[in-house]
Amino acid sequence: MSTNVAVIGASMTQFGQREAWIQGLLAEAGAACLDDAGVAPDAVEHLYVSNMASGEFEGQTGVPNALAHDLDCLPAYTQRVDQTSSSGGAGMYAAWQSVASGASEMTLLVGGEKMTHRSTGEATDVIASLTHPVEYKHGVTLPSFAGLTARRYLDRYDAPRESLGKVAVKNHRNGVDNPHAQFQKEVDLDTVLESPVVADPLRLYDFCPITDGSAALMFCPESVAKEYTDEYALVSGVGGATDTHVVHERAEPTVMGGVVESGKEAYEMSGYGPEDIDVAELHDMFTILEFLQMEGLDFAEQGAAWELIEEGTTEHDGELPINTSGGLKSKGHPLGASGVAQGYEIYKQVLGEAGPRQVDADVGLACNVGGFGNCVITTILEAGA
Amino acid sequence: MSPESDSGTGEPPMEAARYTDGSITYPPHPLGPGGTERTGTVDLSEHTATVVTWTTSTATPPGVREPNHLAIVEFDIEGESVRALGQLTTDEIDIGDDVKPVYAEELRDPEAGIREPASQEWDGYRFEPID
Repeated sequence: MSTNVAVIGASMTQFGQREAWIQGLLAEAGAACLDDAGVAPDAVEHLYVSNMASGEFEGQTGVPNALAHDLDCLPAYTQRVDQTSSSGGAGMYAAWQSVASGASEMTLLVGGEKMTHRSTGEATDVIASLTHPVEYKHGVTLPSFAGLTARRYLDRYDAPRESLGKVAVKNHRNGVDNPHAQFQKEVDLDTVLESPVVADPLRLYDFCPITDGSAALMFCPESVAKEYTDEYALVSGVGGATDTHVVHERAEPTVMGGVVESGKEAYEMSGYGPEDIDVAELHDMFTILEFLQMEGLDFAEQGAAWELIEEGTTEHDGELPINTSGGLKSKGHPLGASGVAQGYEIYKQVLGEAGPRQVDADVGLACNVGGFGNCVITTILEAGA
Repeated sequence: MSPESDSGTGEPPMEAARYTDGSITYPPHPLGPGGTERTGTVDLSEHTATVVTWTTSTATPPGVREPNHLAIVEFDIEGESVRALGQLTTDEIDIGDDVKPVYAEELRDPEAGIREPASQEWDGYRFEPID
């Protein structure tokens, strides 16, 4: 039987347009997490850095080594985790593995990305570089995959366009209560539906912004956690899965196989099912993705997630609050940080430390999507005993 | 250098791969579904397809036309379906419309984006509605 893995500390920086570069952003979240956990730097045995593209964005590589030195975590083993937009979730998987296997008794995970110094076109191109050559040469972007999928979804399931807009409205409303969010501002449905077209039928407010930021989590065996604190979370389940690299080769464009498979793994490991999840952070890089994950994780029937937003089920005061943090939509999406920041929100929720965002939650789920569903990590956390 | 198609146009083929289980993929992969071996190729440019979904992208990266009309289309090759994604020649299109591939020498400016120009090909096929 593998070791029970606990999370004993969490931090995230302000998300948005930041003056700091990648090394500074990572150090800010990392230092805050050490402080939050009450862990001395030299107690860290493994240090993982989730980051997609510091080399491409900034010309800075070797960031785990830089962070270990900056935080004086020497001689900790360091490793970069890159799984594009799901690098943060993959970092949680790697951190869990390091502790569950017995390789490390104290693992610090820091995710971060510095993006806003690039133009929207340049940043979009860095992200689109994950696509297959036959996709890339056509100028395909991640937002255009979202447009293609949203049109198919609305047509196939006879869903109203407004339901996607309501995802943006909900997540912006939630973000108002998140002091770390890039946008702490409500938007109304008309504003969403009348915003400029980005990838028809999706508009500007269907998309997350380009963001700088960092987040961190501290992992250790449950037995060690008890030496530090009475308030900790447990990693109940974690699963990772990969879908086709070429997006059009999937049998059905509105089904993300990586979400389905990683969710199954996480549910099976945790012993929980979708009905046991009290709160979820889903990867709403685009509004349509919230529906695809709700369906892939069995929160809704295939083609029926839009009905739950219409019914208010996923609102802050609904039966299954989704993206209480504001999601990527209002919080922002610093690629490598996002999965870790999802973990931060679920950690705060299950410990009852989410402040005005708090909902009644003992068990929470985070789903972090890389590419356009190409790689997915699903993680389930619960409050420790 | 790309092999020429046998259509006599001098344009390179839109090459898909066929595997031992009969399935076809675009683009070709070293191994097919279930690890099946490749048995040959199919030139999709000689076939018509149906639009599965489409979009118009207005926020395009450096070197990409703006707006960029894109579609996922489905070919039926002797009962075997194979999909492809590509630029559309127009946004006067709907789900279910029939289209044909039309050759373009350069789909985006190879020098403008992040990807190394020599690392891949930049020509290919757009999809044009069939009247």
